Amino acid sequence: MKSTYRDAIRAAHRDALQSDPRVFLMGEDVGRYGGAYAVSRGLLEEFGPERIRDTPLSESTFVGAGIGAAMGGMRPIVEIMTVNFSLLALDQIVNNAATIHHMSGGQLSVPLVVRMATGAGRQVAAQHSHSLEGWYAHIPGIRVLAPATVHDARWMLPLALRHPDPVFIFEHATLYSLEGEYDDAPGSADGWRAEIRRPGRDVTVIAHGGSVGKALQAADLLAAEAIGAEVIDLRALRPLDDETLSASVRRTHRAIVVDEGWRTAGFAAEVSARLAELAFYDLDGPIGRVCTTEVPIPYPKHLEDAALPQPARIVQAVRDLVSGPRAAAGQAHG
Amino acid sequence: MTTTKPAPAPSTPASTAGPDAETARRWLGQMLLIRCFEEKAAELYGSGRIRGFLHLCIGEEAVSVGGMAALGPEDNVVSTYREHGHALARGVPPGPIMAELFGKVNGVSRGRGGSMHLFDVGRRFYGGNAIVGGHLPIAVGLALADKLQGRPGVTACLFGDGAVAEGEFHEALNLAALWRLPVLFLCENNYYAMGTALDRHQAQTDISLKGPAYGIPGEAVDGMDLVRVVEATGRAVQAARDGAGPQLLEYRTYRFRAHSMYDAELYRSREEVEQWRQRDPIPGFQKLVLERGLGTQQDVESLAKDAAAVTDRAVAFAEAGEWEPASDSFRDVETQAAL
Repeated sequence: MKSTYRDAIRAAHRDALQSDPRVFLMGEDVGRYGGAYAVSRGLLEEFGPERIRDTPLSESTFVGAGIGAAMGGMRPIVEIMTVNFSLLALDQIVNNAATIHHMSGGQLSVPLVVRMATGAGRQVAAQHSHSLEGWYAHIPGIRVLAPATVHDARWMLPLALRHPDPVFIFEHATLYSLEGEYDDAPGSADGWRAEIRRPGRDVTVIAHGGSVGKALQAADLLAAEAIGAEVIDLRALRPLDDETLSASVRRTHRAIVVDEGWRTAGFAAEVSARLAELAFYDLDGPIGRVCTTEVPIPYPKHLEDAALPQPARIVQAVRDLVSGPRAAAGQAHG
Repeated sequence: MTTTKPAPAPSTPASTAGPDAETARRWLGQMLLIRCFEEKAAELYGSGRIRGFLHLCIGEEAVSVGGMAALGPEDNVVSTYREHGHALARGVPPGPIMAELFGKVNGVSRGRGGSMHLFDVGRRFYGGNAIVGGHLPIAVGLALADKLQGRPGVTACLFGDGAVAEGEFHEALNLAALWRLPVLFLCENNYYAMGTALDRHQAQTDISLKGPAYGIPGEAVDGMDLVRVVEATGRAVQAARDGAGPQLLEYRTYRFRAHSMYDAELYRSREEVEQWRQRDPIPGFQKLVLERGLGTQQDVESLAKDAAAVTDRAVAFAEAGEWEPASDSFRDVETQAAL
C-alpha cells in the first residue's frame, strides 16, 4: 500500500488500538493537536480521550506513568515529542524502565513502547537536532529500533508492542513525509534483524534511520564509478545483528559506518569495534566512520549540511578506503 | 551543628474509638518486629553479612504500620529505599526480606536488589526504589492502569521529605490530580534529606500545604502516633476509593538512627535526637495498649519475644540461602516469555 512514513505509523497505531484494549497512547499534544508531527491526527476522535491522552509537559512523569501502567497490565505507547526532550526522562528510562525486571528478580516486566522523533536536518538548531539513539542502545534491559522505510514504519510498532520489555522507537524527523509502500504483512520486518537494502561486493556501508537514504544515494554515485556498495540498514540498534554485519564484511572486506550521532564515544564506534572483533582478519582496510562533525548543530542550512553525514562524504570515505595503501599495493602488484 | 527543633505535633483529631484488642496487639507486634529486625540488620552490617547501603527506619515504625494498616490487598504500594518497615507491615515475609539484605537467591528479589529494592508483586509491593522521587511517576501509572481496567485499588506511594524538592514530586501530583487518579502521596517527613534539614531545603516547610497548589487535599499527621496515622490514612484511602482523586499526607516523624551506615551525623545534635526519642512510637503505643486494657504487660513481653524469634528465624533463613551463580546473572535482563 502506498503511504507516507507518517501515515504508516498512524496505521500501526490504529491497528494496535483496535486489536488490543490494553493499548493506549499518551504524550504531549498527541490528542487535540494531532501530534507534533501529525502522526496521531484523528486518533482522539476515533478512540476517545481515555486512550489518546494529552499530557502536561512533564516528560519524566508521563514516561514514568507509562512504566507504572505497563507494570499494571496495560500496553502503553508513550510519544515523547523529540529525543531532545527525552533527556528530561532519562531517570525513568535508565533507572526504572531498564532495571525493574532484573532488579525485582524477574517478578515484574515493563511492556512499554516509547516513540520519539530524532535527528537533524530541519534547521531547528542545536537544542532540537540531537541524534542520541546510540545512548539508549548502551543500556541493557531496553531495545532500540529505528525505522528507515515506510514498511518498517508500519510494522515496527506491532513488533515492539509484542515484546515484553521496554522498546524505544526512533523516528527520524526528516522521514515523516517520505513516500513509499508497505505490505499487508510484515514479512522480515517482524524481527530484530538488519536488512541489506542494496547488495554490493566492494564495501559494506552500515546505516540506520535517516542515514539509510543517504547511504543509498552514495551507493548510486559509487555505482557510476564501478564500486559496488552494499548498504545495510541496522533497523535495531539493540540488539545489534552481528551476524548480518559480519557476514557482509566477510564478503566485501571493507566497512564504512554512517551515523548522525557525533563520532566521539558514539554508536558508530560500537559498530566498528564489533566488526573489528568479529571480522578483523577479513578486512582489507581500516573501518571508516562518517559521523556528524563535533559541533552543536548550527541553524544556517549550509552549516547544518556541512555538519551532518552527506552522500558526498560517504562516497569520499568509500573512495579513500577502496584506494587505500593496501588496495593500491595490490594493484601495483596485480 | 544545626539547631533544627522538632516541629510540634500537628493537632489531627484522634478518635477515642481506637483499635480493638486483637488489632492493637497485631500493630504493636508489627512495630516491635520492625524495630527488632532492623536492629539485627544493623548488627549484621557490623559483622559484614550485609553490605552496600542499609537505611533504617527505626523511629518511624508508626508510619509503616499505620500506613499499611489502612490498605487492602487490592491496593498497590510503591516505596523508597527506606522500606524494610513498609514491607514487613505489608506482610512480606521476614525471611526473604533478610535474605535480600544478604544478597542471597532466596531473597524477595533473588538478592539482586538488596536492602533498597524489595519487591513482592504478589502483595502488590512495587519496590524498594532508590532514586529519590523517581517512583512517584510509577505510582501514577499503576493508578492509571487500575482506573483504565476498572479495578478498585488505590496506589499508596511513600516518599521522604527530600523527594519534595524533586521535580517529579510536582509533576506527579499535578498529573495525578489532572487525571483524578487514586494515588495516596504519603510523605514520611523525617526532617532530613540525608543530612540537609527540612528548613535548609524547603522554602515552605509545611509539606501538607503543597497539595492544595495542585488541587489535592493535604493533611499533616503526627507520625509518632500510630492511631493518628491509621485514622488519617484511612480517611485518605476512603476519599481516593470514593473517586475524590489523589490525597497528600505528611507524616511528621523522625529517624533515630543515621541516614545510612556511612553517616557520621554531623548535621544534627544528640539533644535533638534525644528529644525525639522521648516520642518513640513504640513505648507510646504500648502505654495506650496497657492503659486501655487492650493487652497486659505479659502480652507486650510476649510480643517482644515473638519479634525476636521471628527475626532469628529470618536470619537463619538468610544464612541458609544460596548465592546466585554468576552465570545466572544474565537471567531476567530481558523477559524470557511473551506476556
